[in-house]
Amino acid sequence: MSRERHIIILALLALLPITALAESPTAAALSYTCAGCHGTDGSSVGPSSPSIAGMDPEIFIDAMQDYKVDKRNATIMNRIAKAYSDEQIKGMAWYFAKQKLELLPQSTDTQLVELGTTLHDKYCEKCHEEGGRSGDTGTLAGQWMPYLDYAMEDFIAGRRDYPRKMKRKVDAAIKAEGEQAMPALIHYYGSQHNSAQKEASHE
Amino acid sequence: MSKINRRDFIRVTAGAGLVGGTLGFPGLLMAASPKVVVIGGGVGGCTAAKYLRKLDPKIEVTLIETKKAYTSCFMSNEVLSGDRTLESLTFDYEGLKRHGVNIVIDRVTAIDLAMKSVATESGESFNYDACVVSPGVDFKWDAIEGYDAEVAETIPHAWFAGPQTMTLRKQIESMPEGGKVIIVAPPNPYKCPPGPYERAAQIAMYCKHHKPRAKILILDPKDRFSKQGLFRQGWSKLYGFGTDDSMIEWVGAAGGGTVEELDPSTRTLQAEVEEFQADVINIIPPQKAGKVAFASDLVEGDWCPVDKLTFESTRHPNVFVLGDASSAAKMPKSAYAANSQAKVAAAAIVARFNGQDPGEPTFVNTCYSILGEAHGISVAAVYSLDREANTIMPIKGSGGLSPMDASEEQRKREVSYAHSWFKNVIDDMMG
Ligand SMILES: Cc1cc2nc3c(=O)[nH]c(=O)nc-3n(C[C@H](O)[C@H](O)[C@H](O)COP(=O)(O)OP(=O)(O)OC[C@H]3O[C@@H](n4cnc5c(N)ncnc54)[C@H](O)[C@@H]3O)c2cc1C
Repeated sequence: MSRERHIIILALLALLPITALAESPTAAALSYTCAGCHGTDGSSVGPSSPSIAGMDPEIFIDAMQDYKVDKRNATIMNRIAKAYSDEQIKGMAWYFAKQKLELLPQSTDTQLVELGTTLHDKYCEKCHEEGGRSGDTGTLAGQWMPYLDYAMEDFIAGRRDYPRKMKRKVDAAIKAEGEQAMPALIHYYGSQHNSAQKEASHE
Repeated sequence: MSKINRRDFIRVTAGAGLVGGTLGFPGLLMAASPKVVVIGGGVGGCTAAKYLRKLDPKIEVTLIETKKAYTSCFMSNEVLSGDRTLESLTFDYEGLKRHGVNIVIDRVTAIDLAMKSVATESGESFNYDACVVSPGVDFKWDAIEGYDAEVAETIPHAWFAGPQTMTLRKQIESMPEGGKVIIVAPPNPYKCPPGPYERAAQIAMYCKHHKPRAKILILDPKDRFSKQGLFRQGWSKLYGFGTDDSMIEWVGAAGGGTVEELDPSTRTLQAEVEEFQADVINIIPPQKAGKVAFASDLVEGDWCPVDKLTFESTRHPNVFVLGDASSAAKMPKSAYAANSQAKVAAAAIVARFNGQDPGEPTFVNTCYSILGEAHGISVAAVYSLDREANTIMPIKGSGGLSPMDASEEQRKREVSYAHSWFKNVIDDMMG
């Protein structure tokens, strides 16, 4: 999706009424309950549940809606997502979108990071812009590596909606570098917490 | 929203109502910085302290806790398998200090409800406009003859993580090959409903590698227990449960699992039908609210009744009881529950200080159990309040258990998410 179109959609979403039925808890109250696993205001301290602070609201909504109807593989989120109305999900999406993403360093393998850098530039950068920083294709830069690993396993095994273009690129990366391709990319994104952090604080 | 955020917006709009603010804190609306005293620096107390400061930095928050550092019970079963040290479960209060919480290390003796002040063992007193009470559980020592706090030094309960966790670990390490461990499970309600059964698995995890002929017997005064189907499945997959050669055995009430008496000198338990002797005994006694709740007249029966809209005591105004000590049906007594309740109470206290009605509460609970290095299971629930029944109800069609027969990969992921939960909940309460 182009930047402009994305921004227009976000602006439109913002115009929709967030005030749900009178009996609904506030978006903040709903979002606070996520902290036990996703960290205070959505910045997870690891080792595997993903940070959701600063997340694109559309991505958040899509993820929750997919969990709700068991369209996306989950351990627990499918059970949790079913509790929320569309309005509540939207409210939480905006709450987390406004939170500053705080990332922690992870230990990565230099050689894998190096290979991952090349692979990212060649196959991923076009959609996961600026090293996979938070945007309309999710947060890859600085994201917890075990989570990225699970996500890729699920895509590849068909347990999650796999965009055709992404599949082509991933297949090509695997064809080029074999078994090393995925670990390399994951180590690359895992190593990106600094750049992602700097940008996040500029927002 | 533009420059002015949603919370400011609410505050500004609510300001109109301040003049007539009548909601129980009449003087407070004028107080520049209302005071909250928090009793207990565990999950409920720490979370409430942090979120009170986060929601309104004008509030002066003082947290009183007996110990210099918090050692979490959650994940302490992993000390028994040898997967974790007690130090890895111990956290200081520096993080809360950075949030501007005053930390006082002392024991609260009681709340003076008329004076709205809290008295401590060292003779100090602290005035409050609102008091948060989260002292956790205490034991009912009279339930099993021959078992008391002193005997528990050698026949540990290990239901507070600390020295007794290490005692139990050492006893298991030094029992003979082919030795026998008995876990005496408590009757409902108690903190961490799946805890005793996870404990059996964690002990088995150690024995499988180091004492493969050992036996672990659970004597239970109940006929059913939390996540039972998943535990049985996990135990059988990992430890032969259900076979003649099973490492873990469970005897429920119907089978005579209720323990009546202990003879500490011979390590013999008299249960309803027969006697059981073991090399290592772990008795988890029946539970009730922490002492300070009794001393402060907050208890009915064993637990503290609360208005679940705010977690304010139904016995005394301006006192909010959280976590294990509260009677919070249908939430279990868990760390996730205490963390979730604390945020509801914090928001309700802030609303009241500002002359507003409390918002609609929302609660989540998630409890993980780790049965083996790569075998985790969970139960999750999202709740809303049924105001008329004053009951916290799971939202229909959501929540529930990990699926039976999940793949190995999914079970393994649940272990890693359990560890994530641990780190994040600790950080959310005191980081
Ligand atoms: C083996 C085990 C495993 C568990 N695993 C899990 C799990 O996986 N997931 C989960 O969600 N929950 C788990 N729990 C449950 C969890 O530990 C409790 O539910 C949770 O700690 C409750 O929080 P709380 O604030 O009510 O009490 P606590 O966390 O127990 O805190 C109470 C604090 O108050 C202090 N205190 C008491 N009296 C006074 C006084 N008079 N003055 C000053 N301070 C005082 C105590 O020192 C303590 O620090 C487990 C429990 C056990 C025993």
